[in-house]
Amino acid sequence: MNFERMITELGFTTTAPVGLHSYLVVAAILFSMGLASCLLRKNAIGILIGIELMLNAAVLNFMAFWRFSGGVGGGAGPMAAIVLMVMAAGEAAIALAIFLNLFYNFTSVDVEQASNLEG
Amino acid sequence: MLPLLESMTVLQLAITIFASPLIAFAILSLSHHKVPRHGDWLAITALFVSFICSAEIFLRSFASDNPVMLNLSYSWLPLSAKHSLSGGILIDHLTAIMLVVVTLVSFLAHLFSVGYLHDDIRYGRYYCSLLLFTTSMLGLVLANNLLYLFISWELVGLSSYLLIGHWYEKKSASNAAIKAFITTRVGDVGMFLGLLVLYDQIGSLQYADVFAAVHFSADLATWQTVAGLGLFFGAMGKSAQFPLHVWLPDAMEAPTPVSALIHAATMVAAGVYLCARMLPIFDAQTLLVIAYIGAFTAVFAATIAIVQVDIKKVLAYSTVSQLGYMIMALGVGGYTSSIFHLTTHAFFKAGLFLSAGAVIYAAHHEQSILKFGGLYKKIPITATCYLLCTLALIGFPGFSGFWSKDAIIADVLHYNLVGSGHYFLGFAALVTVFLTAFYMCRQYFLTFFGQPKDEHLHSHAKDPNWTMTLPLIILSVLAVFFAGGGHWFPEYAPKKSGFEQVLQMTASEANTLELSHTPTAGKHQNSAAHSSEHGQIIDAHKLAMMLSTGLAFLGILVAYLFYYQNSKGQTRFSAQKVAERFPFLYRLLVNKYYLDELYHFLFVRSLHACAQECQEFDRKVIDGFVNLWAKLTMMATALVEACDRIVVDYYLVLGLARSVTRAGNRASALQTGKIKAYFVFSMCSVLALIIVLFFIV
Repeated sequence: MNFERMITELGFTTTAPVGLHSYLVVAAILFSMGLASCLLRKNAIGILIGIELMLNAAVLNFMAFWRFSGGVGGGAGPMAAIVLMVMAAGEAAIALAIFLNLFYNFTSVDVEQASNLEG
Repeated sequence: MLPLLESMTVLQLAITIFASPLIAFAILSLSHHKVPRHGDWLAITALFVSFICSAEIFLRSFASDNPVMLNLSYSWLPLSAKHSLSGGILIDHLTAIMLVVVTLVSFLAHLFSVGYLHDDIRYGRYYCSLLLFTTSMLGLVLANNLLYLFISWELVGLSSYLLIGHWYEKKSASNAAIKAFITTRVGDVGMFLGLLVLYDQIGSLQYADVFAAVHFSADLATWQTVAGLGLFFGAMGKSAQFPLHVWLPDAMEAPTPVSALIHAATMVAAGVYLCARMLPIFDAQTLLVIAYIGAFTAVFAATIAIVQVDIKKVLAYSTVSQLGYMIMALGVGGYTSSIFHLTTHAFFKAGLFLSAGAVIYAAHHEQSILKFGGLYKKIPITATCYLLCTLALIGFPGFSGFWSKDAIIADVLHYNLVGSGHYFLGFAALVTVFLTAFYMCRQYFLTFFGQPKDEHLHSHAKDPNWTMTLPLIILSVLAVFFAGGGHWFPEYAPKKSGFEQVLQMTASEANTLELSHTPTAGKHQNSAAHSSEHGQIIDAHKLAMMLSTGLAFLGILVAYLFYYQNSKGQTRFSAQKVAERFPFLYRLLVNKYYLDELYHFLFVRSLHACAQECQEFDRKVIDGFVNLWAKLTMMATALVEACDRIVVDYYLVLGLARSVTRAGNRASALQTGKIKAYFVFSMCSVLALIIVLFFIV
């Protein structure tokens, strides 16, 4: 089924057709926000959120390129997206476990304080 | 023929003779401290068995017509087609005589030692050495080739060394042992050279081969002389001929039975045996050398014996003198008389030594005849035996020594009579008769007659027990009757004693050995035994008998005048005054012609000086070189060590470590521990990767 037709039949109207570059722009914005969050936040949870954002930007890119390339490579795009989402879930679980330990040791989740590994 | 041994073959007898002391030696040397009495009974029994078998061989040998009873050889070491070494046994008349002499005297010496050495600290060792000696001596006479003879020859030298040094705690005994060993070794070098020459030229050392080769090949001429002189040089060492006689008087440090067995009767006679056995290989010049050396030794040693005061030393010089007689007789071709004298001498000289041993034993190991005197009444058995043996040695008419000495003198005089010149030989033989009579009677008078010089010694002297007197009695009976009566054998003729008749067979058999490969006549034209001029021989015998008897009586008379003390303790003439009249001569004789000093100066001192020089050379030059080398090595090592320390350790190993440390220190700056920095770092890396991948590649 055509994606534009589906949107139209659902009652949405568009002034300009949504192209690949729109997706890429959105993904770039998402990625930048995630990166900024990683770099600027002190809170470990915030950094985790930033990482999730960047991952999702990547997922968005995968889907967008798959969609606009006309399904080249079979279901590779959605497959990659699903793998990434599962990976992100696992990563979040591990990261939260690390943060718990961090919290036990430093009574905060401020990453600036955990600088014991300085060479 | 002895009844029990009739069934045994000659080979069996020969093996028994040799093996019996050998087995006893093997047993005792391993375990003499475990058997009762250190096994002296075993040694004596073994010797007795040997003696009985030897007697059987002796009797059989002279009953049969065949001179060579057994000549068995086997190839021992075949080296090439031309050269081979073989071993084997030869039993002929000469061997048979030697076997009896060796085993009988050895048996008696063993028996005598039981008493003489009963409280010795090395009693077992003594018997082992004595057995080793007897075994080697039997091997020496049984061998049918020069190689086995030489091996046994060295073994008797070894046993002689061991026995002379029996009381090695005494410095003089150990010195005497070394002196005897080295002096005889000097002779053995000559003998070995002779053997090498013969082996090189002939390719075999078997007597039969050697004699055949000597007889046949003319191109051996010079080598034959060399070999003959070499062998004779060995005989000179063993039989103590001038100038190698110096060891024998010193060898009297050995226990007296050893002196009787080894240094009077058997081992020193081995040189005479060798010369007799090898007589066919000596050419005329060599024989002349042999005769002159024997004659000179006979007179020379007799003159020294005149002034000696040690009872054993007198006998030792007498032995040297008598061996000179035998050698001289061989030199003029008197094979028969030489072996005859060897046999009789073995008995009476062993008897004299054992009697001297009994005297020394009775006198609590005092050996100086100046301290004896008047012992006749205290030790009558010993004195009688001593007297009988002395008379035999002097050549008193009717005693065994008379016949044998007469035979030698007759041979020498006959050699002169046939016009050869060389009157020195006859002169020496006759002078020695006089000297022998003189010094033996001097010793006898001083020891047994006159007033006791040492009361303590005199009052304690008594005859020893039967183990010591029995050998004396047996030997003195032999000294009187052995060959003296001459009725033992059917070939008895009035002019010659019976034993001498038997020995004539031995001489002809020596000829047979030599001539076994050739029909031509014997080559020793100067040999008295081979001469056909019977009239001259009989003349020589008459002359010899008259002269030697007269001179012997003269010697006895002079000794009586000088040394017989009457009841007041005075002598007719004073020997002291004669000595004072000729002080130089007296000192010369007492110091044995200064030969020991001369040898000491010539050989010992020069060897010491040479050794000193060598030591200096060693210390300075060789050690210097070694030290220099060591120093160079140390320097090189220091260099290598410095190189190792500076270059390898400091720059390479430690340098690497330092640079790694430095790099690590630098790199640790990247490790800030701030998670954001890591983020930035990884982002920058990704960016750089992208730039590289998309825009550069």
